[in-house]
Amino acid sequence: MSAALLTAALAPVLSAQATDSASPGDPLLNIAIFGAFVAVTMVIVFRASRNNKTASDYYAAGRSFTGGQNGSAIAGDYLSAASFLGIVGAIAVTGYDGFLYSIGFLVAWVVALLLVAELLRNTGKFTMGDVLAFRLRQRPVRIAAAISTLVVSFFYLLAQMAGAGGLVSLLLGIEERVGQSVVIAVVGGLMILYVLVGGMKGTTWVQIIKAVMLIAGAGLMTVWVLALHGFDFSRLLDAAVATTGNPAILEPGLKYGLSDVTRLDFLSLGLALVLGTAALPHVLMRFYTVPTAKEARKSVVWAIWLIGIFYVFTLVLGYGAAALIGPERIAAAPGGANSAAPLLAFELGGPVLLGIIAAVAFATILAVVAGLTITAAASFSHDVYASVIKKGTATPAQEVKVARITVVVIGLVAIVGGIGANGQNVAFLVALAFAVAASANLPTIVYSLFWKRFTTRGALWSMYGGLGSAIILIALSPVVSGAETSMIPAADFAVFPLANPGIVSIPLAFLLGWLGTITDRRREDPAKQVEMEVRSLTGVGAEKASAH
Amino acid sequence: MGDAPREHDSHPSDTGPQPLDIEAFRAVQASAPYVALRRRHRLFVLPVTAACLLWYLAYVLVAGYAPQVFAITVSGSINLGMVWGLAQVVTTFAVTMTYVWYANKHLDPAAAEIRAQLETGAAPTATTTEVTA
Repeated sequence: MSAALLTAALAPVLSAQATDSASPGDPLLNIAIFGAFVAVTMVIVFRASRNNKTASDYYAAGRSFTGGQNGSAIAGDYLSAASFLGIVGAIAVTGYDGFLYSIGFLVAWVVALLLVAELLRNTGKFTMGDVLAFRLRQRPVRIAAAISTLVVSFFYLLAQMAGAGGLVSLLLGIEERVGQSVVIAVVGGLMILYVLVGGMKGTTWVQIIKAVMLIAGAGLMTVWVLALHGFDFSRLLDAAVATTGNPAILEPGLKYGLSDVTRLDFLSLGLALVLGTAALPHVLMRFYTVPTAKEARKSVVWAIWLIGIFYVFTLVLGYGAAALIGPERIAAAPGGANSAAPLLAFELGGPVLLGIIAAVAFATILAVVAGLTITAAASFSHDVYASVIKKGTATPAQEVKVARITVVVIGLVAIVGGIGANGQNVAFLVALAFAVAASANLPTIVYSLFWKRFTTRGALWSMYGGLGSAIILIALSPVVSGAETSMIPAADFAVFPLANPGIVSIPLAFLLGWLGTITDRRREDPAKQVEMEVRSLTGVGAEKASAH
Repeated sequence: MGDAPREHDSHPSDTGPQPLDIEAFRAVQASAPYVALRRRHRLFVLPVTAACLLWYLAYVLVAGYAPQVFAITVSGSINLGMVWGLAQVVTTFAVTMTYVWYANKHLDPAAAEIRAQLETGAAPTATTTEVTA
């Protein structure tokens, strides 16, 4: 049904565009395959939503997923269009530096596995705010946690929705803005429907299906590319050098090695990636969808395997795109470097494989945006509405109702933002989301789990200091002004030279958390600290799975 | 149980903890098995996290400031940079599996024992979150 709706909504746009299609494939085929994905996932979401009764069902899928399922969903959530299209494209165009970028995304999971997942699962309920509010003062830390969650989710969301515009022009051959806006609105509308109806359970299934499609598709292409080069990686590299005529693509430096500023910038980005992942609110929330801390651990193990294998695939695919297509054709295609993976799919398997990869790319945006939306809605409804505004007197039904309204509001904001940001240079927003998560969230999470003395004031200094410094620095960076590629190229108030604020804002947030605490005369309740520590390590009294 | 909201959801336990027997928690925190568990947990996770971050930092610093090291040929067109990058993936997998082994052997049994002790005899009120089912 929804597939038919989608095709109907797009038909006029497509027929108008069919003549000067910029897509190498067949837009109708691409839409048909994506429509099939939507239809299948919609059926699953509707079936899954039958059991959505309580807040625990809506936010945390009744804590009923297994580690394997949740790990696949984490991979589906994490491997966004930026990772898939972006990293393959980055390797195809800038060679080794694209791979360098992807390694940080993987190593980061060690922090999630060792420091965060299990302890968080044992002490919280639905949101990051739960963990902080365990022994710190409710109101202020919940408000701070909700603000930081909403900011990170909004940046990430905007980047995904804006990326959808570029993808549309590449995959559907729609080049005019009105047509692209219609598609962004359709994607946003579908997302709202999924989250509204399916809650966390539906969102999780969308992510699982998408992760399987993405990893299977990337795996197929990887084997295919290697087969074309006699399963000899060295021969593939030779072919890439021959096509590009540039042996430097095998070494680091083409993108980040240009100057001392770019080198420092990469260090700053790397820091934000490895420390930000374990504090991304939509990743944290996924740890609550499993019944025990042990399953949370298994989730991360699954996620690490899937994500790690996927990034090895992207190395082959990136050099494969460089060898079989070449950087000139990639740069000339609509969407630029993002078109490397779809072009490679077309080169290998013609319109059908391109159609599948196109559907995967759309499904990716849909799944990631859905995960972000339910996280932001849960944070607003649970931390701000139920705990701060209603002071814990809201019924679960009221809380879920507010969450659903928030989903619609966030969905509409995402659509409007996505249409507005379409064509703007907003690629920095993903990196900024990681930097904010690493600065505003990670220090406070680590301190509250591992440092007895940590106080509310330390948490607030660290969260607001990390959040504020990351955003102020980015506003004063060349990303916003002072360069041709800036958002505001005409003005120049770029006094901070780096495009990634993490190298300053992360240590600053750790420092502020420490300073705010040691200068605080007020002590937190020691009984709560004892209980939190014992609970976090043993799982006593942790939220159980609901009995459906 | 139909559509009736379950017990623990109607107090969004936003105060985090349920009514608790703090003395039971204090007793556990001071007990030898718990102290040993905490020590074994921290002795693994803190140094291993630090080592992984330093190993990654070394990789990034060499890539940025000594790219000629990455250019060293290993086999055919495969250079040290490729090998080191893949080694980051391999060490991540290795740390993951080692931690799973360590937790299964040294953390989970002890945690389960303490949990059982708290949930049954020692702390009758600590189990209020389970009135749900």
